[in-house]
Amino acid sequence: MRSSDFHRGLANGVPICLGYLSVSFAFGISTFNSGLSVVQTTLISMFCVTSAGQLAAVPIMLAGGTLLEMALAQLVINLRYTLMSVSISQKLDDGVTLPHRLMLSYVVTDETFAMTTAQRGKISRQYFYGLILLPWLGWTLGTFLGAVAGNLLPPLLTASLGIAIYGMFIAIVVPQAKHERPAALCALIAVGLSCLFRYVPLLSRVPEGFVIILCATAASAILAVHAPVNPEGGN
Amino acid sequence: MDPKKFAVYLIVAAGVTYLVRMLPLVLVKKQIQNRFVVSFLHYMPIAVLSAMTIPACFYATGHLLSAAVGFAVAFVLAWKEKPLLVVAIGIVAGVLLTELLFFR
Repeated sequence: MRSSDFHRGLANGVPICLGYLSVSFAFGISTFNSGLSVVQTTLISMFCVTSAGQLAAVPIMLAGGTLLEMALAQLVINLRYTLMSVSISQKLDDGVTLPHRLMLSYVVTDETFAMTTAQRGKISRQYFYGLILLPWLGWTLGTFLGAVAGNLLPPLLTASLGIAIYGMFIAIVVPQAKHERPAALCALIAVGLSCLFRYVPLLSRVPEGFVIILCATAASAILAVHAPVNPEGGN
Repeated sequence: MDPKKFAVYLIVAAGVTYLVRMLPLVLVKKQIQNRFVVSFLHYMPIAVLSAMTIPACFYATGHLLSAAVGFAVAFVLAWKEKPLLVVAIGIVAGVLLTELLFFR
């Protein structure tokens, strides 16, 4: 029973792992090319395991940003994991004791969270470990391969692969915006603001980490006031 | 990049990322009831991802045209609710074909 939980988790992690391989490969290429070493690039993925957060972290490192900027950017960009972890905490069975919670929370991502919500009933620690193992390995390995082999590929291909990570973001945003009008509005406000920070002369000097924080908090707060959701979820 | 400076940045980035995941899983036993907080957290992911994608993705390839074609392909695939992997391949394929056709 328990070992079958583990195997079921592994199986559920396979598609996530494949998606992560391609996206992290692109992250590996672009981060290596921006000036970090292969080891540094790989360590970022191994320890952060968060696409949007990592993509924001690298420019802050390269620009010599402050640690406060780094911490705030990671906090705001990754704050969504707090809600996911809260939600997951309601579903864990009694076997998921403190040490396991400390371990398992390490790989709470958009995709692993989505998979746990699809499970009926309680989740065992065996299932959770199975679920996160391959995605974590895929994320780390893909980044390493991208950093190492990215420059062996033709420049045309590497320049094209760099955009893959945005494909993942689009794949998450568009379906939600399609089904949920307030979410679409929220996305439009966030995009409008981020364009302002890009193209308006003085605003364009604001560091990238802060731009994401400002756009995301403003758009989310506006929608939270004007289109609040029920605590149980849904509008 | 200087290894010591990098290590400090990495510890902060990874540490904060871990804490936002770990603390709720360890501390929260009850459901959050504050409607504003729940709503704010509900909208946060889409706001973050949207702001990170536009306009940045249009500058990810070196040519605005190829990035725009890639974006359009990805948008259509995502609208049809294709899997993450398909959308990621689609955006790369759109860029690659455009680059081959117009910039070679």
